[in-house]
Amino acid sequence: MIELAGATVTAYTGTGHGGQQEILTILHPVTCTLVEQRVAVIGANGSGKSTLARLVNGLVLPSAGTVTVNGLDTLTHGAAVRRQVGFVFTDPDAQLVMPTAVEDIGLSLHRLDLSAAERDERARAALARFGLGDRAEVPVHALSGGQKQLLALAGVLATEPAVLVCDEPTTLLDLRWRSTVDTLLEGLDQQVLLVTHDLEAAARADRVLVVDEARVVFDGDPRQGVATYRDLMAVHR
Amino acid sequence: MPVAPENDAVPAAASRVPVDPDAGGRALPVPVLRSSAATDVALIATFAAFVAVCALLPSIAVPNLAVPITLQTFGVMLAGVVLGPRRGSLAVLLYLAVGLAGLPVFAQGTGGLAVLGKPSLGYLLAFPLAAGLAGLLVGRARSLPTRWLPVAIFGACAAGSLLLTHPIGISVMGARLGMGVQEAIAAGATFLPGDVLKNVLVAVVATAVFRAFPDLLQRRP
Amino acid sequence: MSRRQDRHQRPAWSGPLGLYASGTTWLHRLGPGAKSVGLAVVGLLVLVVRGPWGAVLLLAAVTVAAASAGLRRRNVLRSLLPILVTAGVVGLYQWWQRGPAIAVEVAAGLVTVVLAACVVTATTRSDHLLDALGRALAPLRHVGLPPRTVALSVALMIRSVPALLATAGQVRDAARARGLERSPRALLVPAAVRTVARARSTGEALAARGLGD
Repeated sequence: MIELAGATVTAYTGTGHGGQQEILTILHPVTCTLVEQRVAVIGANGSGKSTLARLVNGLVLPSAGTVTVNGLDTLTHGAAVRRQVGFVFTDPDAQLVMPTAVEDIGLSLHRLDLSAAERDERARAALARFGLGDRAEVPVHALSGGQKQLLALAGVLATEPAVLVCDEPTTLLDLRWRSTVDTLLEGLDQQVLLVTHDLEAAARADRVLVVDEARVVFDGDPRQGVATYRDLMAVHR
Repeated sequence: MPVAPENDAVPAAASRVPVDPDAGGRALPVPVLRSSAATDVALIATFAAFVAVCALLPSIAVPNLAVPITLQTFGVMLAGVVLGPRRGSLAVLLYLAVGLAGLPVFAQGTGGLAVLGKPSLGYLLAFPLAAGLAGLLVGRARSLPTRWLPVAIFGACAAGSLLLTHPIGISVMGARLGMGVQEAIAAGATFLPGDVLKNVLVAVVATAVFRAFPDLLQRRP
Repeated sequence: MSRRQDRHQRPAWSGPLGLYASGTTWLHRLGPGAKSVGLAVVGLLVLVVRGPWGAVLLLAAVTVAAASAGLRRRNVLRSLLPILVTAGVVGLYQWWQRGPAIAVEVAAGLVTVVLAACVVTATTRSDHLLDALGRALAPLRHVGLPPRTVALSVALMIRSVPALLATAGQVRDAARARGLERSPRALLVPAAVRTVARARSTGEALAARGLGD
């Protein structure tokens, strides 16, 4: 269960050398309780939807208000929250930090206090589950974009998080890989918060949030949410 | 400037004010920054890789200069200037350690402990120190008006190479080749023109990086 | 001038194993720590031993060790070539300036240390050497640098080199498309800015995986 209570995000504008920095709001107060299995977040580029996603595992901390996941406050229990919330980024290249696939998954498993042998075994099992069993020792930079995203997902899911936050996980993928990743996400037992530009995927969710100009402007039924978003984009044009 | 919470610290409750959705003229709540430990590790490792790439890329031919220059020292000084003294010298140390361990990250795709036996060893050993000094001096100069920033960066890099890189590099080279002081200085001086050029490049590139990421100049842990 | 520049090829990245050549000789089996100490001893002996005969004897001893490691002669010669050229030039110069004894001592000393280091590098896997380095640096945890962080930084750097090489290639192509391939600024500014941006997103990914906690 994800609860946002008046969660607000501000940032420094970062202009000028040494001068006074100004503060601007990048997400106005959001209050909602997300219990649905599949929640989609849609909105234009730069609207604040990525910030909303990052609030959920403490990558971005609220300047005011609170964010809790299963009762844990992201501000005071950040490490515990990150053990429960897995995060998948748009660009897997930045997310994969180790030279080979099996090492990268092993890195995710480090916080589970396993022996090296157990870690290796679980990493290989996770790779096999995602059809990457024969890619364990291959350098990560030699994988295709789709394989990299699959590997990123495998690394995040290997630690069995309770919640999965995905920030546009299919934006950089071709159609074939997009449907592979979509199918995979839809089959998960975890609660999934999906930030996406794919309106069909959003319409299949249980609940949709529409973010526009740093505010949550719609929260509710997926079909209605997608329609609201299409209207918004038409007005902006 | 608003006070940002220290690394790893949970921000004090005092910095969190309740917010009225239609706050009007009221002050906005101060941003809460996440611990920078992970980002620091990423910056150090990525810049170590950047130095490696600079050393591996084909050298750039410079008009009016007979010898083409490699970018290794450019990468080293840029790491110091952009990351600051602590992270900058750690990035260069990491680069040296990985190269000494045998990965081909030194100029011309070489690597391994063999560089320990080469006459140019002193230059490599001086790199982390020079990067650290340049980073320290740029940190001191950050309150200067923006238009003086490139000059300050060039001065900081020149200080690093004239006070550390060349003296240490020339001493080791002289000792390894059995040369006298004057012979060694004469041999080492051939690197100076290329060095001045690279420091100019560092000033231009670092200024652009600071324009893109102003906080790198403001927060220098 | 620019035509010659275009013919330069991007150097191939030979992967995480680097300059290692697999084998089962006694030098391969010896631990990385012991070999590093041995290399340090050779370096010290070269400094301490005076006179041409001592220098030649040391070189002979290291050559025998190199031969016993079963390395391919062509590979060894290729990695020794730059230092052989340097030793030749310096030897001739010193012969002219200070006579044959000093010339032999300096030239043999240079080749000895580099050859010994090549043998250690070629018989030790880089990851084992880095592990040994990590263990040697373990006391740094007292100044707030845990060994795991050192290991993570090494892995992250190795992962980043091919990615940044690819970025450098993209930047070069972009500059070429705009006719700017001769401007160091058009090549280096975007490369540096993208490097920082990449480090930022990597840092975010590390934090998301709980590695900063």
